[in-house]
Amino acid sequence: MSGGNNGGNKNGVHPTPLLDELEDGPWPSFVTGLKRLRDEGGGNCAPIMNDLLGQLERSYEDRKGYWKGGTLSVYGYGGGVIPRFSEISEEFPESKEFHTLRVMPPPGYHYTTDILRKLCDIWEEYGSGLIAFHGQSGDIMFQGCTTENTQKAFDEINKLGFDLGGAGPALRTAMSCVGRARCEQSCYDEARAHRGIINRFLDEMHRPSLPYKFKFKFSGCGNDCVNSIQRADFAVIGTWRDDMKVNQDEVKAYIAKKGRKYMIDVVISNCPTKALSLNDDDTLEVDNKSCVRCMHCINVMTKALSPGDDRGASVLIGGKRSLKVGDMMGIMVLPFIKLETDEDFEKLEEFAETCIEFFADNALEHERIGETIDRIGLPAFLEAVGVEVDPNMVNHPRTSCYVRTDDFDEEAAKWFERQAKKQDQPQNMK
Amino acid sequence: MSEAQEKPRMPDEVGVPDHFQYMHPLLKANHGNWAWHDRPRAGVLRHVSKSGDVVYTVRAGTQRQMDVFTIRKLCDIGDKYADGHIRFTTRSNIEYIIADKEKIEPLIEALEKEGFPVGGTGASVSMISHTQGWLHCDIPGTDASGVVKSMMDFLHKEFVRERMPNRVRITTSCCQINCGGQGDIAINVQYTKPPKINHDLVANVCERPAVVARCPVAAIRPAMVNGKPSLEIDEKKCVCCGACYPPCPPMQINNPDSTKIAIWVGGKHSNARTKPTFHKLAVANLPNNPPHWPEVAAVVRKIIEAYKADAKDWERLGEWIDRIGWKRFFEMTGLAFTKHHLDTWTGARKNMNSSSHIRF
Ligand code: HEM
Ligand code: SF4
Ligand code: SF4
Ligand code: SF4
Repeated sequence: MSGGNNGGNKNGVHPTPLLDELEDGPWPSFVTGLKRLRDEGGGNCAPIMNDLLGQLERSYEDRKGYWKGGTLSVYGYGGGVIPRFSEISEEFPESKEFHTLRVMPPPGYHYTTDILRKLCDIWEEYGSGLIAFHGQSGDIMFQGCTTENTQKAFDEINKLGFDLGGAGPALRTAMSCVGRARCEQSCYDEARAHRGIINRFLDEMHRPSLPYKFKFKFSGCGNDCVNSIQRADFAVIGTWRDDMKVNQDEVKAYIAKKGRKYMIDVVISNCPTKALSLNDDDTLEVDNKSCVRCMHCINVMTKALSPGDDRGASVLIGGKRSLKVGDMMGIMVLPFIKLETDEDFEKLEEFAETCIEFFADNALEHERIGETIDRIGLPAFLEAVGVEVDPNMVNHPRTSCYVRTDDFDEEAAKWFERQAKKQDQPQNMK
Repeated sequence: MSEAQEKPRMPDEVGVPDHFQYMHPLLKANHGNWAWHDRPRAGVLRHVSKSGDVVYTVRAGTQRQMDVFTIRKLCDIGDKYADGHIRFTTRSNIEYIIADKEKIEPLIEALEKEGFPVGGTGASVSMISHTQGWLHCDIPGTDASGVVKSMMDFLHKEFVRERMPNRVRITTSCCQINCGGQGDIAINVQYTKPPKINHDLVANVCERPAVVARCPVAAIRPAMVNGKPSLEIDEKKCVCCGACYPPCPPMQINNPDSTKIAIWVGGKHSNARTKPTFHKLAVANLPNNPPHWPEVAAVVRKIIEAYKADAKDWERLGEWIDRIGWKRFFEMTGLAFTKHHLDTWTGARKNMNSSSHIRF
């Protein structure tokens, strides 16, 4: 596919003195890549990239962007393509249409070189040759396609087994950490939950009709490598219920290597709930009832400590960035849902469905689910999605006395009834 | 034109692809069975399975916005050293999985020879997660890729070694929507003047009630300007957030003179030790100065140096500030503390100090 095609640039290339400065320095340069496409790219890459570089240089000069949006999608879908039209296309006609295809990657971002090469070949033939691995929502972003070629490029990508991701008021592309594939901290099969949920609700992704965006993210433990609490409407984070596992010989080996003071300063004192204590014989004592599964001690002593065996996940709802009422983190809604059997995963998917339906029915236009919850109050949300209140949902109980409590006794009776039943998982789903 | 009239192809709604078909066979064989890991050197992870299998991961930085030639080059390296498999991290680093210890050094050499720095593991400054900017977005105030390239050029030495107190995660965003997300350090566009309205276009381009509804401080109202339906802004109320610009491009917020950069610190997404936190304002009004953003780089350097010199092992940037206090943070970094650091948004009160705890 490659091999020079400078035909489109026969009138010479746009000078790019400002961008050229970004070719120096030790970090890999995107400018060098763009120029290589300009000089050697196949298909229409060369002329597109020449004008794209010209427009980008203009942005660097003027400190202004020159793209505008529009509407465009592929046959059968209503979303997944981000249309871009140049506002200065008289000067840079070859890149006047520079659309992006958002394509969902495999969970955990695993690829063979074979599949990557095929994707590259398609994009060199139909697009600009520029691909981002990956967007902040998780997509492979194939950037720079004409309106005419968008359908063709999608067809070829689709034939390889890849599908468009989300855009607009819709279910969005999800993200999961490397997890099970290579991480000993993983407490559930992130990719399985990820594929199970997204592939069940593809209609909500491909034919946008929700009040606004809805994002899922899957992290295998509290390290939250995909930033789910702050960025996902529905965050699934691995955790465990039983005791963490301690290999006392490895604890001693760690102390022998790093010293007792270091062990106390770095591990013991950093436990957020003072759940750790060092015994006189250099063994570690863990107060598992107080441990909040923060992962710190396990991160530091990877050989000595590991999550327990009774594993599953927590679900937090409502994370988002600033628009419009300000930043929000997700709220702990399901402290624990076991995730092992087919049935367990089915329950998680059903809960996801309940939340999406709630969102579709109750959110105002352009409102994220976290904002809906703030507007109606957490109790009303819990009632609507069938979840019992749980002290893990709060930092502390309310401090304001402005609340009507005449049914307090009935609510208390429910609590005692639940406590008596000691219901099994998912703990607080009705 | 008979071809054009052919029935269009219906999409094959395959959804999220199966990852196992692309996963390195050793990861597949030990899926869910890992025992522990460590890092033999910066940029290299060793994972040991309960089965006794050992895999090494070599991590390298990329430019994220990649041309097909760069991707093919990375693939060539993968074919030669890593059985034809690669993966990416959430911060756009590439990873090669290898079983044979002897291949680590030659792989590192090959990556470095092609200009891909090996590192980004443990207590390093990893790749900056970022947005699209002038290259592709329709609302950007700056160019994320350029900012990132400029910052990573000078942070490179902290990428290839693990000498920071804990990991440093930086993000950049080219508008206040902040697609780049929270970070230990966040480099974000901050608009400083209300939008200038292009009244000639509003009526044709914008759904006025939707624009009015978008404003977080209710500063926009419908108005007739020069006999045409348009919008007007209460400039005293406007917080210059830019939220009205995406639904209505005539609300021109990204004026080159008033588009500035702010730096935020202390965001953290992991739950380790402390709960996740949002980043907080360190400094605003830095010039948006391509192609190297030297003023931004200077502040980032100061913050990183102060953190590196003073924080304890495993303390993230925000945790370090929690310990030493904001007073010392501003002193150590030489940055100014102003009235704009006092939060005025909903819930601001809980960000104030209502105790007698002070630091001298
Ligand atoms: C029309 C203008 C916009 C453009 C061009 C744009 C572009 C993007 C792109 C390219 C991504 C990465 C997507 C991916 O990985 O596939 C992204 C992510 C994101 N966008 Fe936007 N965006 C726009 C509007 C918005 C708005 C209005 C919001 C806020 C409500 C927003 C919030 C975000 C956030 C928070 C992320 C990161 C998401 C995550 O990490 O999950 N964006 N945006
Ligand atoms: S979130 Fe936890 S399980 Fe997932 S990769 Fe990170 S540390 Fe591993
Ligand atoms: S995981 Fe966190 S909370 Fe639990 S014992 Fe370790 S440091 Fe303490
Ligand atoms: S910039 Fe923000 S605050 Fe100002 S008018 Fe627009 S939406 Fe309202």
